[in-house]
Amino acid sequence: MKLRSVLIATAVALPLLALFLRGLGMDPRYIPPAIPGQPAPPFELERMAYDPEAEPSEPTSVRLDDYLGHVVVVNFWASWCIPCRQEHPALVAAAERYRDQGVVFFGILYQDQVRNARRWLAEMGGEAYPTLLDPGSRTAIDYGLTGVPETVIIDRDGIVSYKRNGVVTLDLLVREIEAALARSEEAA
Amino acid sequence: MRLGIIVLALLVFGAPASAESRAGTAGARIVAVPEAAMQGGEAQAQGAQVVTPSAAELELEQRTREVASQLRCPVCQGVSIEDSPTDLARDMRNVIRDQLAAGRSPEEVKAYFISKYGEWVLLEPEPRGFNLAVYVLPILALAGGTGLVAASVRRWVRQGNEEPQP
Repeated sequence: MKLRSVLIATAVALPLLALFLRGLGMDPRYIPPAIPGQPAPPFELERMAYDPEAEPSEPTSVRLDDYLGHVVVVNFWASWCIPCRQEHPALVAAAERYRDQGVVFFGILYQDQVRNARRWLAEMGGEAYPTLLDPGSRTAIDYGLTGVPETVIIDRDGIVSYKRNGVVTLDLLVREIEAALARSEEAA
Repeated sequence: MRLGIIVLALLVFGAPASAESRAGTAGARIVAVPEAAMQGGEAQAQGAQVVTPSAAELELEQRTREVASQLRCPVCQGVSIEDSPTDLARDMRNVIRDQLAAGRSPEEVKAYFISKYGEWVLLEPEPRGFNLAVYVLPILALAGGTGLVAASVRRWVRQGNEEPQP
């Protein structure tokens, strides 16, 4: 009788304990990205003037649809975001490295002031690729943003091939950009 | 004694029902000042006339709150978009309001957010598939526990009757 009780108690407690231990290893703030595999939500956003004194030489608004046929890397960032500072050199390096292969980089400013964003870019060594303004976070929500930094890679067919919530490294960017380039070639 | 267990069970089983009615109470909450009117607050402060929201605006606001209270704020911990004071939640409420105003149904608005954030964004998971465990397991556990207690108490009473106090 006693042995049976112990066995039943163990049988009930063990799965609960396993569930509890599994939960301990999970990050409550992790949200699995939902948009990879979907067509990239279109956007048409105003480009932030990095140097407001200079004459605008390029179109001041950017339409994602105009970049069909290119792999596009979109990085959501803000000057108040500490990890953004950490990952920025990797994004700049990747933008340099893939410029000749038609990979286009955009930053999208999230919940920030243009003045602070300009100062931040100047501190980080200048504007390596355009930063776009997203009033009301419409585009951010369209991309399922859960916080900055967040990076989205869109393949040549306009499909989201990768999304990361958190800091990216150069290795990771290279791997995912190569994958997006290869995927598009396969489809072609 | 049996009556006591029944009362206990009713109390415990009653709890999920009150949780379900939560969305209902949120919807029924009286809307004093809609957000659209609050954003006009700067104009008010400068001596402009007070904006009185129309019945249609109040209705839209109520429907916005209803949807917002069912969606999870991505930058918070277990808080709805309706209850979160963050900028992103405010922007998401604006998106909900715009979509409802454009004629989308609450279900379509929720589907939009699910397509962006996954089912994660629902505060109450849809009761199907594996999710059913969340709804069924507590009831099973309670029923099992109640049965265990009832059986034990019955056994103790019987033992007490069989063994007279020395």
